[in-house]
Amino acid sequence: MIRFDYARPTDLAEAVREGSGEQVAYLAGGTNLVDLMKENVARPTRVVDITRLPLADIQETEAGGLRLGALATNTETAYDERVRARYPLLSSAILAGATAQLRNAATNGGNINQRTRCYYFYDVGTPCNKRAPGQGCGALGEVNRIHAILGTSPQCIATHPSDMAVALAALKAEVRVTGAEGDRVIPFSDYHRLPSDEPWRDNTLRPGELVTGIDLPPEEFSTNYSYLKLRDRLSYAFALVSVAVAMRLEENRIAEVRIALGGVAHKPWRREEAEDILLGVSPDREAFGRAAEVLLDGAKGQGANDFKIPMARKAIVRALEQAAAGTPQSQTDKRIA
Amino acid sequence: MSGAALSLENDPGPVVASTPIGTVPVAITINGEQHRLSLEPWVTLLDLLRERLHLTGSKKGCDHGQCGACTVLIDGRRMNSCLKLAVTLDGSEITTIEGLGQPGNLHPLQAAFIEHDAFQCGYCTPGQICSAEGLIREGHARTRDEVREQMSGNLCRCGAYTNIADAILEILETEERA
Repeated sequence: MIRFDYARPTDLAEAVREGSGEQVAYLAGGTNLVDLMKENVARPTRVVDITRLPLADIQETEAGGLRLGALATNTETAYDERVRARYPLLSSAILAGATAQLRNAATNGGNINQRTRCYYFYDVGTPCNKRAPGQGCGALGEVNRIHAILGTSPQCIATHPSDMAVALAALKAEVRVTGAEGDRVIPFSDYHRLPSDEPWRDNTLRPGELVTGIDLPPEEFSTNYSYLKLRDRLSYAFALVSVAVAMRLEENRIAEVRIALGGVAHKPWRREEAEDILLGVSPDREAFGRAAEVLLDGAKGQGANDFKIPMARKAIVRALEQAAAGTPQSQTDKRIA
Repeated sequence: MSGAALSLENDPGPVVASTPIGTVPVAITINGEQHRLSLEPWVTLLDLLRERLHLTGSKKGCDHGQCGACTVLIDGRRMNSCLKLAVTLDGSEITTIEGLGQPGNLHPLQAAFIEHDAFQCGYCTPGQICSAEGLIREGHARTRDEVREQMSGNLCRCGAYTNIADAILEILETEERA
């Protein structure tokens, strides 16, 4: 474990002051950051413990949605009665990830800010442009079963590991942040970014900024939805491919649909063109297949992960079928119906 | 994580920073007993329990939150003690396996694990039992499938999973009848 200085502010303004400067890290649940500090991957000289800030509530918004406090735990969020009733897609995605112990500690802000689980990022004995800019990418041409097939760059083929974020992308959530220059609201699709030539930047947070909450819009998609996660073990494994679908049907035609993919890119992967071609059509396998082709257009395997392309195509079709039928994937009985 | 294998760029640098880093006063209640401690910020709860307080029931398996052997209850909720910095837990109440039961006064889960032969080497058992106690308090698991899913954070290299699920289900059913 590295050595670092420690501060435990009790109000936001103090936290932002403490969080300014180089090599400072905010610490919430710690399930990813503490691990990265043990691995010498994260090396802050100062850790700002934000767990005493008043950001743990889940509240109604004036717009008719819900505001998830950045420090509400993943468990509190997934089992919140309002989340379960109105945003079951989010509840399902959270419960598809990690373990009960980790969800009890992990917070909502921490979940969307967790780092990739690329093995080369974690192993400081191998090159990684995300961990050490300019070193090169250890995953290119090597073992890359878990890596990205969409939106990659020659510098980085890492994926974003969160399940929760995939559902938040489909729900068109907004991320509320604060910093020395004031508050900002970032649409979820703009929060995470593709690696391009700055793979060390996972998201669009500015230095010293802190997530304070995540807003869910009023559209709930509580009938036609599914979170389908495919992985190497039945539980406690990151997604090889996951699909979040939020759909609204009117007279058996698709009136609205959002599709987001996990495990395939540096951010939850959405393409509005794929959603648009489903509008007004009857929900059937053929139409879903066309949407899958658009979503995966340009997908490129890295060798060991070529299987993800046909797997994603089938998972998209199946998740859309589950959503249309109102039979979402169970996160307990893992059989895919 | 051997220091010798690190490249120059990734060398964590000197252990002692240029300015002295202080300890932090922390008050933590562990198994009902309050401890006033002065801790370096990088000490994990697991290391505090094992190395400083000699409560060695909680085990260090992977030290990365992957195996569950270090599971304890923090303010009643099960968590991996290897991933919690102890200084962040000022004011918290911790229950470890030592606080759940003792020889001659076993916790019902401990008795059920013995009854159902739910371990072989026993290394994962304290974490399994603390985790199972957390599961019961949470109240989200009723069926065998649900127990298995909710216990997926506790690995057993001996493969006693079937008997572990049996032991937990017996206690769940007992509590439901009560």
